[in-house]
This record gives sequence, structure tokens and C-alpha cells, in this order.
Amino acid sequence: MDATQQAVRQQVRMRGRSYVAFVFSPVVPIVSWLADIDATLTRSPGFFTGKPVVLDLAAVDLSQAAIAHLVGSLGERDIRILGIEGVDEAKLGADMPPLLTGGRSCVVTQVEPHVPQAKTKAAKSPSLLLESPVRSGQSIVFAEGDVTVLGSVGSGAEIVAGGSIHVYGTLRGRAMAGINGNSAARIFCQKIEAELLAIDGYYQTAEEIDAALRNRPAQAWLDGEMLKITPLN
Amino acid sequence: MAKVLVVTSGKGGVGKTTSTAALGAALAQLGQSVVVIDFDVGLRNLDLVMGAERRVVFDLINVVQGVAKLPQALIRDKRLENLWLLPASQTRDKDALTDEGVKRVIGDLKTKFDWILCDSPAGIERGATLAMRYADEAIIVTNPEVSSVRDSDRIIGMLDSKTARAERGERVEKHLLITRYDAARAARGEMLSIDDILEILATPLLGIVPESQDVLRASNIGCPVTLNNADSAPARAYIDAVRRLMGESVDMTVPVERRGLMDRLLRRRAA
Repeated sequence: MDATQQAVRQQVRMRGRSYVAFVFSPVVPIVSWLADIDATLTRSPGFFTGKPVVLDLAAVDLSQAAIAHLVGSLGERDIRILGIEGVDEAKLGADMPPLLTGGRSCVVTQVEPHVPQAKTKAAKSPSLLLESPVRSGQSIVFAEGDVTVLGSVGSGAEIVAGGSIHVYGTLRGRAMAGINGNSAARIFCQKIEAELLAIDGYYQTAEEIDAALRNRPAQAWLDGEMLKITPLN
Repeated sequence: MAKVLVVTSGKGGVGKTTSTAALGAALAQLGQSVVVIDFDVGLRNLDLVMGAERRVVFDLINVVQGVAKLPQALIRDKRLENLWLLPASQTRDKDALTDEGVKRVIGDLKTKFDWILCDSPAGIERGATLAMRYADEAIIVTNPEVSSVRDSDRIIGMLDSKTARAERGERVEKHLLITRYDAARAARGEMLSIDDILEILATPLLGIVPESQDVLRASNIGCPVTLNNADSAPARAYIDAVRRLMGESVDMTVPVERRGLMDRLLRRRAA
């Protein structure tokens, strides 16, 4: 069995490829050079995070222990060293980044670090899907976005959402949409028997909801400072 | 494989204890070995409905706390030899129940019986949550009125979140038992209809027990209604429900009183 497996096993295919990396060239004293790095990081936190960085030690003469300490200090600042150049290979221990040679200089475009939260928000608008009925006494709070319920919302249950609320069943409980000041949020339901509807703090109780709307598909939306409830089709 | 059922409702006075006794007796009448447990510590009633109140020596709390052994506390029914009762304590309160103790008692009972029926107290506090804690299935007792239906909805939500099964990611199978149903009043719109209740609770129906004098009469003499008068309308409803629990398919009807000629002539019966 082993012999046949070995017979069909192919050689691992390898390809060469070159990439652009940041090159750090520390100067003595190392302590003040690290202070310069810290100053850069205060201006743009996380600037080097996740970026490939190569350490060029040609300008300094460091012992093996000093190199290890320098790599450790950069690691504490979230700077990961991809490789080291300009140093005798004998000075690099087994647990150190590998020695690199034959690097060529090129222009590095300075891109300001983007704000990560802004990107994730744009990438996906979060929503919560509930596949079972929401029972009396249950409270579903989802400030991040829309809530969709495949089923009914029982009398005495409540749904609180940062975005819109969609109920594919009868809405008998309370629904509060747009709690973070989102006045564009709406509430949709297959059948309206709600105890209370609210959008961005403007609310109506069961008593104020037009009886003609009861038991029909409806939506609630905000028209200026007026909460309007209109039938769907 | 033993099945643990909780009979629950949220609201009080809807017929949990009566239904536990009737369903337990009906299961035993069909040859199953059954134990009914009263979880209403401090306000026990199941012993009265079962007619065993004068034979209580040890109770659930004694067993939970290790003061008595399980066989010492179990009371065998005088009419059905495969029907047993584990009574509650009347002098203690629900705080005397512990999660560990209840788990151990139910684990022990599972090795001895086919069916374990837990009669839950009203409310949503410790007694009710521990009664449902280790249940495999639940019978939700509901009256055709809005307050009872909403409380049942609340209890269904708790069955889906607070039970040991729910916490393991499994589900507790739920059955709806509608009691005190009056077809004439429902037809006049004075009561919620069966369809309304099912629409609100979205839970499969186990049975419809009609409002009947037979239920109170049976409770007063300490005999489950299915034993006292197996031919009465509520007894037939409970027996049908039990057959559905055992997996038979029985048509869903609301049993009506069978009146003899003399009854029809006289219109009234002495209680």
C-alpha cells in the first residue's frame, strides 16, 4: 500500500516570486531609533500591522542576543519581521527570521492606514434572522441592524432593532426600530395587532393604531416627527 | 425508554393538576407504568386529586435532600397498581428544591417507569423552571381566554430556552391541551376559538377537554376523571389525548355528553 502511494506521489512544485517589503535600517543608538518608530506609530497607529518588514542590519554591528532583543522589541509594537539582511548568517539563531539576500530597491507608495470599522460597515450590513416565533416575555435586542422574524411576535414580547423590523407573521407584541437615531428605519408585518410601534423614539400604542388596519399587512414609517402606519398593498 | 413530561401553563387554575391526574391514570389504564410528581411545593394538590392525601409519609423534598429514599416516598394508587404518586411537601417552599436533587430523582425514576409526569406549579419561578428542567416533552394546558393563552406563550418561550434539552441544543416536543372548552360559547364568540389559540401559539394540538361538571365531581372525591367515569366527555378527551401521546392517530373531536333517555327527560342530574 505504501509503495503504490509513493509511486504516484509527485514532487512538490515550487515557484519563485518577488514581493515588495518595507526595509528598516536601524542606526545606533538603537533606543532612540525605536523612539522614532514609536513616534510614527503614535501618528498612525497600526501603520505597520500586517505589513511585511525586512530588517537591514548592514549599518550596525549587533551581537546575536542584541538582534534577538531588537526583533522582540519590534514584535511588541506589532511589527513582524519577515527576514533579515546585511548580517552574518551565523548570528541568526534557529528561531530568528531567515537571512535574505539580493534585495532590490523600489519606490514604496505611502498609503495612510484606513479606518477598519468604516470598511466592515460598508462591506456588510448586519441583520438578525429568527426562524421561530418570538414568545411572550422574550426580548430581542439587536442594535447593529435589521431584525427579520419568520413567525409571529407574541403579545408581551418585544423586538428592539437598530435598523428595520420585518415580521412574516402576526405582530402582537412591541416593535421598536431605529433605536440609534435611524429615522429611515421601518417596521413591516404580515398582520398588525401590535401593542406598541416605535421608530427612532416616536411611538404609537395599540389604542392609537387605526382599527381599520388591524389584522392586515402593514408598515410603519417616520414622516418627519409623525409615525405613520399604512397598509401594504 | 422512559419519557419525562411536564404539565405546565404559566397561569394558575387552568387545570394542570386535574390534567396530570387524568392523563397519568389514562396512561396507567392503557397498561403503562406511570409516576406523577407534584412540583407544587408548599401548595400541594395532586395528592388530593389522586385521593392519596391520607397516605403521604415522605415527599419529594425529603428525597431531594436525601432524608428519605425514593421507594419510601412513592405512593401506589389503590385502584391502578401501575400508577404511582410522588407528593410534594406542604410545609416547605420552592427554595427547598435543588437542580441537582431534581436531576437525581428524575434519573432514578427513569429506570423504574415508562412515563414520568411532572405537575408544574403556576408561575415562572423556581418551582416551574425546575419542573420543566429535565422534561423530554411538555404538555401546555390552556383555557380559551386571552390571559391564559398569553401566559402559555411565555411558558413555551421558557421551554425553548430554560430546559436542559434546550441548553444542549435539542428541542422539547410541545403539545397543547385546551381545557374548559365550551363549544356553544365559542360559537357565540364569547370565547377564543380553537383556531385562534392555535394561530397564536403555533403549537400542535394534543386534545380539547370540554367544560364539564364531571371534572369537579371527580376532583372532589379524589379520583382522576378518567377513572371515575371513563365514559364521560372529559374522560374520553383525556383518553384520546393519551393515545395521541403514545403515537396513535386519533381524529380530533370535542367529546360531548352522552345523555340517556331519562337524562333528556329530566334535563338535570343530581351532583
